[in-house]
Amino acid sequence: MSKGIAITGMGIISSIGDTVEDNFHALRSTVHGISRIEFLETKHKDAIMVGEIKKTNKDLENTLGLPAINSFSRTAMIGAIAAKEALDNAKIDSIDKYRTGFVSGTSVGGMDMTERHYLKYHEIKENRRYIEAQHAGFTTESISNYLGIRGYVSTISTACSSAANAIMLGARMIKAGKIDRIVVGGTDALSKFTINGFGTLMILSDEECTPFDENRKGLNLGEAAAYLVLESDEIVTKENKEVLGRVSGWANANDAYHQTASSSDGEGAYLAMKKALEVANISSEDIDYINAHGTATPNNDLSEGVAMTRIFGEDTIPTFSSTKAFTGHTLAAAGSVEAVYSILSLREHLIFPNLNFQTRMKEFSLIPQTELISKEMKTILSNSFGFGGNCSTLIFTR
Amino acid sequence: MSGCYINGIATITAQPTTDPNNFLEDVIAFDEVIFRATDPDYKAYIKPSAMRRMSKSVKMGVTTSKIALASSCIEMPDAIITGTGMGCKQDSEKFLEKILHNDEQFLTPTLFIQSTHNTVGGQIALGLGCKAYNVTYVQGAVSFETSIIDAHLMLSESPEKNILVGGIDEIAKNSTLLHTLDGHIKNKNINVLDLLDSNSKGTVCSEGATFVVLGSERKENSLAKIVDIETKNAATPDEIKKDIEKFIDRQGLSINDIDAIVLGNNGDIDFDHYYKNLQNSIFSEKEQLCYKHVIGEYHTASAVGFWIASKIFETNKVPSVLKVNNISAQNHKNILLYNQYRAKNHSIALLQRC
Repeated sequence: MSKGIAITGMGIISSIGDTVEDNFHALRSTVHGISRIEFLETKHKDAIMVGEIKKTNKDLENTLGLPAINSFSRTAMIGAIAAKEALDNAKIDSIDKYRTGFVSGTSVGGMDMTERHYLKYHEIKENRRYIEAQHAGFTTESISNYLGIRGYVSTISTACSSAANAIMLGARMIKAGKIDRIVVGGTDALSKFTINGFGTLMILSDEECTPFDENRKGLNLGEAAAYLVLESDEIVTKENKEVLGRVSGWANANDAYHQTASSSDGEGAYLAMKKALEVANISSEDIDYINAHGTATPNNDLSEGVAMTRIFGEDTIPTFSSTKAFTGHTLAAAGSVEAVYSILSLREHLIFPNLNFQTRMKEFSLIPQTELISKEMKTILSNSFGFGGNCSTLIFTR
Repeated sequence: MSGCYINGIATITAQPTTDPNNFLEDVIAFDEVIFRATDPDYKAYIKPSAMRRMSKSVKMGVTTSKIALASSCIEMPDAIITGTGMGCKQDSEKFLEKILHNDEQFLTPTLFIQSTHNTVGGQIALGLGCKAYNVTYVQGAVSFETSIIDAHLMLSESPEKNILVGGIDEIAKNSTLLHTLDGHIKNKNINVLDLLDSNSKGTVCSEGATFVVLGSERKENSLAKIVDIETKNAATPDEIKKDIEKFIDRQGLSINDIDAIVLGNNGDIDFDHYYKNLQNSIFSEKEQLCYKHVIGEYHTASAVGFWIASKIFETNKVPSVLKVNNISAQNHKNILLYNQYRAKNHSIALLQRC
């Protein structure tokens, strides 16, 4: 088995909590964060359920101590909060002591500000500082600037697999000795753009989402940011760092089937899981738990389920659950949100349940874990899939 | 470590750069601050039925990826890595405007589906039936370079791979125009060929796509070796100078070994001093080449620097329109590239004749 890359810090803000420990408390107490929209202005307020972080932009600005005139989008603010927690958790106070990088996944970046000001930039001069927020990279720079990371900085935008790809890239860069430590993850805030986009695809549920259920009606959009700190073994030894877990397998494959839909045989997902097991140098029997992508759309859960049966065998599939019913689908952040939950599962020997499941899907016999259970675990597999056929799998070990 | 060779390259820019027999000898003189790419005959590369649904980014990306793959004699790449600063901004902008003008009603999914940043990478994979690694980087002016860094890393992990890497950006009418309000784009039209001496704030904006096919081994059709590449998000001009010196030193070379430098000067009086600081010091005795007064500025414009270096190695010619000093190198071996945008997203790359 591959030793993997050390995770020395993590941070998260989501609709179930502002910190790692708040998220853990909610997961352990089975308290979800799905509600009606309170803060975002949209016509669809009462038509859908979402995982909204119950903080205004002003609250977030205060948390970060930003000046009144700033150009942070909501996506950048939640990103900065989670990334800062990750750095603090890793006890990093001097960024420049080692070659430190930052890779952030996002799908819409500063769209929340663009859609708010777009039609009025000509009239209102003071809002023009947000024009640049229409570039996703600007969101990442707002965060890296806040953290003081000036070296390698990049943004990955592969829709809902963005953060998983960011973690993968960070692990590869450390493994190759290209960088000493790197903050990796993703951030996405709710926006009218995504709500209406997913709305046109008819995959938004008007109820709490029900992953892997026969009668699933679609997903709940969510907003979140989550980051991991990955560090080289040299630093871990030298600084006597606590290692929270390791990223030991990773892979990215393309379904090459349709721009937005997943194939019926789950080929992309199958390839991603298969290759990740190869990178980790383990077999499918070594997986103790799967944190599934499980968005609760008819298409995803079927395609992913088929891919899982192809990898693990329908009757020998490990315990699995989707945590999307807690947080909603947090899009580009989903991969790192679920990475944090996977590390918590490893730390606490707990499997967080797949909420709202009632009826087995007719296509296969898979039943997700629906209650919180304790289980001794060494290895967890986590899936993230996105538009453009992008499928990614990560494997975490104790 | 294994090498990283450019085995095929193609670029669509505002100039007719898809014409293999015209290496910027005849250039178009633009006189607006926002100017579009010179379209090749897309029908020669894309079926009309498929083309109807394609946005400009997808058309430019699919076409240049096909030309690059053909010139490298690779049919199926082992990874597809794309970089874009703006993404599929035209469709994204149209969808946003429909939301805002129609009060979130009467929307259809097509524009949304095609609005994501990874649309070009996804469409190329779909067209080729390529199920391999597929990632999209969106980091302003280093969107292309971060893609190359990923490919460079991948070739060190898996030397047998052939990797398709591209940078794509398109002009979107209103979103691009907004940058005349925040000072990124000049607010008066100019003769673009005089851009570098414009002596005013902001720059111009254009669009294009550049694709390369990279492999770890030198082949008969290899055009250049990408020796190394590095990006830095924020730095002062003097830090950049030191970074470049360290970068060259790390390759076991000295400034003397560099034959020419390709710089991203874009005529913005507030930021061109990053380049001038190098032009007037460590590179004062070197052949200096600039290209944004020819092809314009956009987030992945710097990819054209890779094309220029490759073409110089291939043709042993340097287009006079690119020259900004009186020094001419002979038989170029090492060409250094440096680019930045508004003091951020710096990239340094070294290309070598192979």
